[in-house]
Amino acid sequence: MSQLLENRVLVVPGDMLADGGLRPGENTYRLHGKIHAARVGLVEYNRGTVSVIALKANYEPKVGETVIGTITEIDLGSWRVDIDAPSQAVLNLPEAIGEPFRPEMVLPNIFGIGDSIVARIVSMNRDGTPVLSTLEPGLGKVEVGRVVRITSSKIPRLIGKRGSMVNMILKETGCQIVIGQNGIVLLNCKDREVEQLVVQVLHKIESEAHTTGLTNRVYEYIKEMKEKSKK
Amino acid sequence: MNVVEKQKLIAEGIRSDGRKFDELRPIKIESGVLPNANGSSYLEQGRNKVLVGVFGPRELHPKHLANPHRAVLRCRYHMAPFSTDPRRSPAPSRRDTELSMVMRSALESALFLERYPHASIDVFVEILEADGSTRCASTVAASVALVDAGIPMTDLVVACSAGKVDGEIVLDLNDVEDKEGQADLPLAYMPKLGKVTLLQMDGVLTMEEFDKAFGLALQGCNKIYEFQKEALKTKYAKSGVKETVQ
Amino acid sequence: MSRLKRKRISEAVAQGKREDGRGLTDLRAIKIRKGIFEKAEGSAELYLGNTRVVVGVKVEKGEPFADTPNQAVLTVNSEFTPLASPTFEPGPPDETSIELARVVDRGIRSCEAINLEKYVIKPGKLVHVIFIDIWILNQDGNLIDASAMASLAALMNTRMPRYSVEGDELRFVEGNDPLELRDFPVAVSVGKVGNEFLVDMTADEEDMMETRLTVTTNKDGHICALQKSGSEGLTLEEIKKAISLASEKGNEIRKLVMGS
Repeated sequence: MSQLLENRVLVVPGDMLADGGLRPGENTYRLHGKIHAARVGLVEYNRGTVSVIALKANYEPKVGETVIGTITEIDLGSWRVDIDAPSQAVLNLPEAIGEPFRPEMVLPNIFGIGDSIVARIVSMNRDGTPVLSTLEPGLGKVEVGRVVRITSSKIPRLIGKRGSMVNMILKETGCQIVIGQNGIVLLNCKDREVEQLVVQVLHKIESEAHTTGLTNRVYEYIKEMKEKSKK
Repeated sequence: MNVVEKQKLIAEGIRSDGRKFDELRPIKIESGVLPNANGSSYLEQGRNKVLVGVFGPRELHPKHLANPHRAVLRCRYHMAPFSTDPRRSPAPSRRDTELSMVMRSALESALFLERYPHASIDVFVEILEADGSTRCASTVAASVALVDAGIPMTDLVVACSAGKVDGEIVLDLNDVEDKEGQADLPLAYMPKLGKVTLLQMDGVLTMEEFDKAFGLALQGCNKIYEFQKEALKTKYAKSGVKETVQ
Repeated sequence: MSRLKRKRISEAVAQGKREDGRGLTDLRAIKIRKGIFEKAEGSAELYLGNTRVVVGVKVEKGEPFADTPNQAVLTVNSEFTPLASPTFEPGPPDETSIELARVVDRGIRSCEAINLEKYVIKPGKLVHVIFIDIWILNQDGNLIDASAMASLAALMNTRMPRYSVEGDELRFVEGNDPLELRDFPVAVSVGKVGNEFLVDMTADEEDMMETRLTVTTNKDGHICALQKSGSEGLTLEEIKKAISLASEKGNEIRKLVMGS
C-alpha cells in the first residue's frame, strides 16, 4: 500500500505522502520514486493520485482562468497588468476592443493606469507572461466595488461545488461578487454594513476552508449577523 | 578602564546560562505576523529576536538582474543598531553580506526556482536582538516565512549550531560562548530529504570532536524542526484538523 | 493604488467616514510594549492599527559636539526596513526616512525633554551619547506619529549608566538610573484629503492626501515642532484648524503613552 498517511491529515513541505504507485497531484512533487508535499495543507488520496489541498499558495496563472488585476503601465498598443502573479500580465489592444491598433487610438481612454479590470488568461508567452483578453461579456473595466484579497488556493472553496457557496452568499446578501482565480474578489453591495459582513465572510472562508460543513456554518453566520444588525 | 574578567563558561557541567551541554535555548516561532509581506515569521531563541518578511515570487526589476530560466532568490540579513551591546552601525557590514549569501545558499535548494523565470523571491531578515547563532535562527525563521508565503518548497530548512566551549562539545551557542569558545559550527539541514545546505566552522576541532559536534547540531535541528511545524500548523489545527502522525 | 480604491476613499471622506469605519479624526487602536530588548538601554514596540514600529535607545559615551561642549549628544535615526512594505527597498535612508527622524528629533530637542546638560561625564571631553533608532516593521501610514510615540515610550524606560570621575580616571559604577524626562512631546499629523482634515491616516489615505501638517506639542500644549509636507498649499485658517486639532489629539495620545 503506497499511501503513507491518513486522508486529510495536515502536512508540511517535505512530508512523504506515498512511496510509489500513485501519481503526484497538485502541491506535491516526486523524488526518487517517492511523493512529497510541496506546500502546507491537507493530503488527499483520490483515484490513484495524491495531492495536497494547500492552505496557502502563491498564485500561479493558468490559461483559461479569470483574473482581476490593476493596470500598471501603458505601452505602445498594450497594457501591463498586475495580477498578483510571479510576472505581470499583458493585455494587447485587439484583445481589449476587438480591433487592431491604429496610431490615433488613445489607450488611456480605454484603460488608464490604476484601472481595475476583469480579464481571462488566453495564453502564456514563452517567458511565462500571461496574456489577457477582456473581450468576452462580463469582462472589462470595473467601475465600482471593493477589492478583497484571499489566498488563491481558497478560491475553489469560495466558489463551492457547482457554485454552492458563492450562490448562497449572493442570495443571502444581495451583493454582486466577481471572483478572480488569482485570489482577488470584487464586491458590490447595496450598503457598507452588508459589504463589511461579506468581507468578514470571505476571511472566515479563507481561514476555515479546510474544514467540513463550511457552507452551512457560513450560512448560519450570515443569518446571525443579519439578525444582530436589525437590533 | 574596566577589565572584564574572562568568565568561566562551564562550571560543574552547567553552562554560563544554566543549560546542559545538549540543551537548546527556549524557542518560540510564529508565522504570518507582518500584514504587508507575502509571508513572514517571528522567532525567539534565548535572547535572539528575529523578524523575517518574504515578498514574491514577483517580477524582478531592473530586468537585467533577472534570470530567464529561474527565479532569483535574494536574502538580506541585517541587524538593528540596538540588537547588540555596544550599538552597531545600521549600515550593512561585510559580515552581513557573507551571512546573507550563506543563508541564500541554505534556502535555495529547497525552492522550485525554475517555476518562476524572471521573478525574484525576496527574504528580508531583521535581527532585533542578537545573542549568538543568529545565522541559524535567521535560516529557521526564513524557512517558515517562505512556507507562510505559500511558496512551494521541497522541504523545510532548519538550522542549529554546535561548538566547543571550555573543552566540551555543546549545542546552540549563545553570544559569549561564540565569542570566547574554541569552535563554532553552524549547520542548516533539510530534515525530510536529509541534505545539509549550510555548513561553516570557525575554530579548531579534532575529527572526533567534529563528528560529535555535527551529530549534536543535527539533533538540535530535529528538535527545532518540531517548532517550525507547529508555527505553520497551529492556526489550522485549532479548527479540528487531524495532525500528521509523523 | 487602484482608481477604485481612490474613489471609495474620497467618497467615504466626503461623508465624514473612512474605509475602516472610523471618523475623520479618530485614532486606530494603539498597543504599546515597553522594555522589550534586553541589550538596549531603553526600548518600545508600538502598533498603531497595522503600522508597527520598534524603537531601541542605546546610551554610549563619546565626545560632545564642538559647539555644545557641555551637552550630551542626542541622535535620532530611522530605517524603513524592506519587510515593512513591498515598496521599501533595502539601502540607506531616503528623504522620507530622514525627514521622519529629523521631525522626531526636533520634537524631543525643542521641548528639552531630556536635560542634555545633566548627562555630561567630563565637561568638554566626555558625554553620554543617546542613540534613538526607529525601526519601521510594517507600514500602514502615519509613521511619523507612531515613531514619535514609540520613541517617547522607549525614552520612558531608558536606564542611564553611572560613571564616577576621579581626576583622569573614569569608572563604571554599578547600577543605573532612569533617564529623567522633563517633557513628553507628541507628534500629530493632520492630512488634507479632498476638503477634509484627517488624523492618523492609513497608507492608502496618505497616497491620496494633498498635503500634511505634523504638529508636535508638549505637555503644556505649546507647539514645539511643525513640519508641512506635500506640495499643495494651506490657508492660514486651515493651518490654525490643523494645529488646534493636533493639539487636542496630542493630549489624548500623551495620556495614553504616559499611562502605558
